[in-house]
Amino acid sequence: MAHRELTAARLRAILGAGTRVGTAPDGVPRAVPESADACALVLRTATQEQWRVRIEGGARWSPPDAPADLVLTTAGLRRVTDVSATDLVATAEAGVPWSTLRRRLADHGAWVAHDLPGDERTLGSAVVTGTAGPLRAGFGALRDHILGITLVTGDGRIVQTGGRVVKNVAGYDLAKLMAGSFGAFGVVTSLHLRLRAVPRADMTLTATGTRDHLLDAAHAVLAAGRTPAAMELLSPRAGGTGSAGQWMLAVRMLGMESEVAAQRDAITQNAGLPFTPHGGADAADLWRRLLSGTGDDEVTLRLATLPEGLADALDLVAHHLDETVDDWISVTVPSGQIRWSGAAGAEDIALLRRNAAEREVPLTIERAPWPVRKRLGHFGAYRAGVGRLVDQLRRSFDPGRVLTVAVGAEQ
Amino acid sequence: MSVAAQILDAIAGIVGPRWVRRQRAELETYASDGLPTLHARPGAVVLPGHRDEVIRVVRVLAHHSVPFVARGAGTGLSGGALGESDTVVIALTRLSRILSIDPINRRAVVEPGVVNARLSQATAQYGLHYAPDPSSQTACTIGGNVAENAGGPHCLKYGVTTNHTLELEVVLPSGEVVRLGSPNGDQWGPDLVGLFVGSEGMFGIATEITVRLVPTPRAVCTLLAAFGSIRAAGEAVSAIIAAGIVPAALEMMDQNCIKAVESSIYRAGYPTDAAAVLLVELDGETATAVDEESAIVGDMLRTRGARSVKTAHEQADRDRLWQGRKKAFGALGRLGPDLVVQDAVVPRSALPDVLDDISRIGARYGLTVSNVFHAGDGNLHPNITFDRTDPEQRARVERASGEIMETCIAAGGTITGEHGVGSDKLRYMSSIFDAETLGAMRAVRRVFDPEERSNPGKVIPVHACREWSGAIRYDRGRTVAIETA
Ligand SMILES: Cc1cc2nc3c(=O)[nH]c(=O)nc-3n(C[C@H](O)[C@H](O)[C@H](O)COP(=O)(O)OP(=O)(O)OC[C@H]3O[C@@H](n4cnc5c(N)ncnc54)[C@H](O)[C@@H]3O)c2cc1C
Repeated sequence: MAHRELTAARLRAILGAGTRVGTAPDGVPRAVPESADACALVLRTATQEQWRVRIEGGARWSPPDAPADLVLTTAGLRRVTDVSATDLVATAEAGVPWSTLRRRLADHGAWVAHDLPGDERTLGSAVVTGTAGPLRAGFGALRDHILGITLVTGDGRIVQTGGRVVKNVAGYDLAKLMAGSFGAFGVVTSLHLRLRAVPRADMTLTATGTRDHLLDAAHAVLAAGRTPAAMELLSPRAGGTGSAGQWMLAVRMLGMESEVAAQRDAITQNAGLPFTPHGGADAADLWRRLLSGTGDDEVTLRLATLPEGLADALDLVAHHLDETVDDWISVTVPSGQIRWSGAAGAEDIALLRRNAAEREVPLTIERAPWPVRKRLGHFGAYRAGVGRLVDQLRRSFDPGRVLTVAVGAEQ
Repeated sequence: MSVAAQILDAIAGIVGPRWVRRQRAELETYASDGLPTLHARPGAVVLPGHRDEVIRVVRVLAHHSVPFVARGAGTGLSGGALGESDTVVIALTRLSRILSIDPINRRAVVEPGVVNARLSQATAQYGLHYAPDPSSQTACTIGGNVAENAGGPHCLKYGVTTNHTLELEVVLPSGEVVRLGSPNGDQWGPDLVGLFVGSEGMFGIATEITVRLVPTPRAVCTLLAAFGSIRAAGEAVSAIIAAGIVPAALEMMDQNCIKAVESSIYRAGYPTDAAAVLLVELDGETATAVDEESAIVGDMLRTRGARSVKTAHEQADRDRLWQGRKKAFGALGRLGPDLVVQDAVVPRSALPDVLDDISRIGARYGLTVSNVFHAGDGNLHPNITFDRTDPEQRARVERASGEIMETCIAAGGTITGEHGVGSDKLRYMSSIFDAETLGAMRAVRRVFDPEERSNPGKVIPVHACREWSGAIRYDRGRTVAIETA
């Protein structure tokens, strides 16, 4: 606990004129630093004073409800510092909304080959939660697009890892540790990202049917040695099919025109489904709807299994979380990810997690109200020996334990 | 200092006496890696035959606080697998089993000593391959690839080792065994697999590795374009990438390299009067699609000044074009008794200027610099041939290498793209990372290895680190103390 109660006035006095100070909706004083140095000052002071700190991005995805003496928001870090269309590298601050970044890059004919569930999320939020959408199938997780990260540690040190070039093995890859860490090691203030030129052709195929029929079709596409940019299986609610039991399979192909046309023919044949083709604005709408559909849900979980284990894992999810029949489920078939959104209690999630772990399937809580996160942790139980490593890493980066992030389960 | 005989006897009791090397002449084999400029004879070499033996050996070494170095095939190019006389080298070449291949889920589980190319051979029957393809792939091991985060020509499209490593079993320097990652690749926690890949043997020994496999493309086409100037070739590289074309590989060789290849047994039919050649590989779903793409790329190459563009479709023709590239280091080795190869990366757009600067630096020091490199990634490999027995020449090579590195850093680049820091590039680390960041790296290392016994002295220039108050510390009484601010 803090030595002395922190007020906005006191915070202002300590931080000086360099950092804006306000108050969060729950009454907690909020610092709005505009540089890594200012973040460092805030976190150094917090460590000295033993203030618990909650780090917030846009507060549009995870609820900003962790108990804290001080909020540090990345809202003051909103610059896209640099975009190089020739080198296909961009540098942006963590508080930049993903949609802003996407627009800025599009002006240069470039993009980050990644899509993001949720609306108006910040780049920092995407990075620390390790969130991925359907494009994960073809392009990997967000960590695979990060070339360098600037991180301010829990005790206010500025660490700059990686670089601005597309290939780099100088020193340990600390950026990997930060991506998907839920902010356990500090606040990410800026990133260097790998871009791609906007592909020349972009085509989507969709089909509806029962879950298992579509899953079999997707497996047939994989077995034939094909990996489209996205191949997402969607529950009736997520796919907006409008009828219970009717799931959707959405396949996206990107690349040169000739290649996309060849893939379309091959995939249609392998899947044996009566696909509807979508192009242009129609396809863009479809994917946007898929990504923003979970906005209001309280809980988002992700499970990671092998493609072959998807039916079993989906059954498990249905078994434990089936009170709401109309679940929002999105399955990235080629890489074996399941994302589930809805309302669920800690008990049910804990049970699901335990059963999933027995199948070597990690369940990550991407978002949930604080009491659930606190009790279960974003990651929960680790494998033997790993918990100690994670604990010691946290101690190295946040020796004062000021960051209120529930990584592991409550003991 | 040397390693006490009774410790080696205890280890011989685990692996069998014939798998412990102690004689000077035997140890000489392990006194260098692929880099000729560094030499260090370890105290002993142990060759365990099973993961359980690795664990037991590491535990004996932990008990006696003996430093150790993991070693794969010893093809590393940064002195990473070298150890001093107080060190035991643990060679993993006998752990060479492919434990399982799962074609449906596209993954394989291997022991660390499996040779890179052998894995792709074994998975070919399923139409799958292991994508990272270092030019040393017929010799180097997957364990060494993981430790270095190795790359290769086809990593431009398919990604480097870190993008293909899903799960690891690691023996920590204490002898404790941990499993990082999951069969899927996602983790029960922060990404410790991503952290381990590229840690150059300093976090422990990987004893089991699960990798992703990738479908082998159905249609492939390789283009060879000859240019009258390096600059034009460099500009063509940027143009292709910026046009939204993602070749499977995009490699460049300069005239010195072309000549070396063409006068060797690896002759590939490169035009020896060209200032540079580009090797561009395109792959995809059907021959028609790839042909269309290669026509577009061919036009781009010609517009950007290519004198000639040769297209190879047949496997044998493509193999021949690639042979020259893959064996270029071997061919360059014939130009002089010794060869150093650097590994800096620069932004693609800086390639033409940086290549000009490198050739000027070579000329100034009277040295032959040849370039063969991953142009699509901006990953340079300037090679300097020399004679290491001539101290004056060695000094010139040292100075020229330093200047080349400075040039690349000044262009916004980094000191190594795939070969690792090892001992060779230690001195450059503080030119790209500040004391705080180096301190963070050291603190992370000490979480895995509090005594700093696993591959000691590599990667982190300890004198240049700022101490981390929260870091794990080891003291003489063998307790691990955690200090907090
Ligand atoms: C002709 C030639 C061409 C090359 N081309 C390329 C290229 O295109 N791309 C590229 O990336 N590299 C290239 N290299 C460099 C080298 O082949 C790679 O770095 C390779 O990954 C090293 O593998 P190795 O088995 O030889 O490892 P070693 O050289 O034996 O060891 C390298 C490092 O890995 C550590 N290590 C080994 N095994 C383990 C383990 N199981 N657990 C933990 N640590 C371990 C060692 O301690 C050491 O630090 C080339 C080298 C040569 C000689």
